[in-house]
Amino acid sequence: MTAKLILSWNGAVIREYPLNKERMTIGRKSYNDIVIDNLAVSGEHAVVVTIMHDSFLEDTDSTNGLEVNGVPTKKHFLQNNDVIEIGKHKLKYINDHITQTTSADFERTLVLRGSARPSSAESTGDNMKSPTGQNKSTVEEVVAKTGKFDALATATSVRQAIATPNSAGKIAVLQILTGATAGRELELVKNLTTLGKPGFQVAVLTRRPQGFYITHVEGGQFPSVNGRALTNQAHQLHDHDVIELAGVKMEFYFKDGRG
Amino acid sequence: MEMALWQSETTSGLVMKVEDALEMACQTHPGMARSHNEDSVACEVASGLVVLADGMGGYNAGEVASGITVSVLTTEISQGLLQDSPTRCDQNSGDEYGVLLLRDNIQRANASIYTAAQSQPQYAGMGTTIVSGLFYDNRVVVAHVGDSRMYRLRGETMEVITQDHSLLREQIESGMLSAEEARFSKNKNLVTRAVGIEERVESEISIHDVQIGDVYLFCSDGLNDMVEDEDIQSAVYAMQGNLPLAVEQLIQMANDNGGRDNISVILVKVKSSFAAPNQWLEKILNWFRK
Repeated sequence: MTAKLILSWNGAVIREYPLNKERMTIGRKSYNDIVIDNLAVSGEHAVVVTIMHDSFLEDTDSTNGLEVNGVPTKKHFLQNNDVIEIGKHKLKYINDHITQTTSADFERTLVLRGSARPSSAESTGDNMKSPTGQNKSTVEEVVAKTGKFDALATATSVRQAIATPNSAGKIAVLQILTGATAGRELELVKNLTTLGKPGFQVAVLTRRPQGFYITHVEGGQFPSVNGRALTNQAHQLHDHDVIELAGVKMEFYFKDGRG
Repeated sequence: MEMALWQSETTSGLVMKVEDALEMACQTHPGMARSHNEDSVACEVASGLVVLADGMGGYNAGEVASGITVSVLTTEISQGLLQDSPTRCDQNSGDEYGVLLLRDNIQRANASIYTAAQSQPQYAGMGTTIVSGLFYDNRVVVAHVGDSRMYRLRGETMEVITQDHSLLREQIESGMLSAEEARFSKNKNLVTRAVGIEERVESEISIHDVQIGDVYLFCSDGLNDMVEDEDIQSAVYAMQGNLPLAVEQLIQMANDNGGRDNISVILVKVKSSFAAPNQWLEKILNWFRK
């Protein structure tokens, strides 16, 4: 579904504007895509540039400025339910696309041809006087030409979900049992922890969704877990496993996150 | 024993061949979400050449585009290196032959893809990103188009050497988006340049001195979109002594985080010096030609 802006004044809805063009201009003059006939509004007040499912709001040097969610703003990457205030008029941004995204839509790479890019000249508002938007939906055009794709994704959110520690709220710990640093505890908070020194003897502990693994990387000696030497394969670690690497013994265990 | 080995390496290091000086490992994986792999990779240690391409286009057109690019570059460049030294300076352009090999052959791949796309409807609009490195004379020449990257690990510091040709980066540079907003942008995958989309393509080429111990990572966005730079750094740093394992680890991390796209990874480690043997001679000859 196309994102839209809902124009209202004093709580009363005036009109809805679907964001179906790459550039939608907002201003007092009649050639704007969204006309707000009020003297507090500049002739050319702002512009909304929409690329695929993302919309960007930019104040085009208006006299009285604008606010987004109560904060004076020059440029803003619009999020669903944002409220843009221009004078006493409000424009609510509605984009419920995100919830409709299917996994098949994710992470496709898409080429933008030169013509489809919002050039710097465009974003300064030079084109505002061509209300018929000749570069109408150029992104869609590219999509049509290339036979594809719905390019959208927030890799970030997925990454964050996975980066949370052990599901039981426990923290994995490695405690040195022998040698000069005996007793020292190392919390395994990183996705990858190196044991040993690169170039000599190295094993790594990796955190994966399934748990923690130890892998031999380099060096003449393979580390052992509970007295058994590792092979070239990664080995999953269990609570209270004892690792021995280059003569040093370490215990792997989970402890309470709050402890 | 150790000492003697080290000495013999340095003395022969004067005429070290690039294939003896470099170690390479590469792999490509479809990821967890895609049924097929549109990436293509190649490592030619004898030529000191690596190529990585991330194709796009409907049906199997993406594979075709990235496949054409990788095969054109590997075939033509290894042939070209037999003809002439990559350090020779081209009189017309002022560029080295090594630079020309990359630039001209990316253009050639572009023409092949563009022509195929024009003549066969099922290939219409296909294209590919590319990142390619050619190692010679203690340097790496890197050429790229699109959002496939080259990173360099030197000591403990990992840096992105190439700058993505992507909408996101352009928006950040023009001030339309702050870096903070960019983290939440949904159009991470819009590239502003690609091989095969238009009649000609402009590749971005840069030359970097290499140091012994450097590790170079070439990857498609299937890696760097799924794995934080910090985690990429720690994996490459910890596993630099075992490149095939490092490559596997990087792919596994991308897949563990969702593996939404195809993942390609190439690692190149500089083990010793590979200065061009006739460099001083050539310099003198060039000087006389002036």
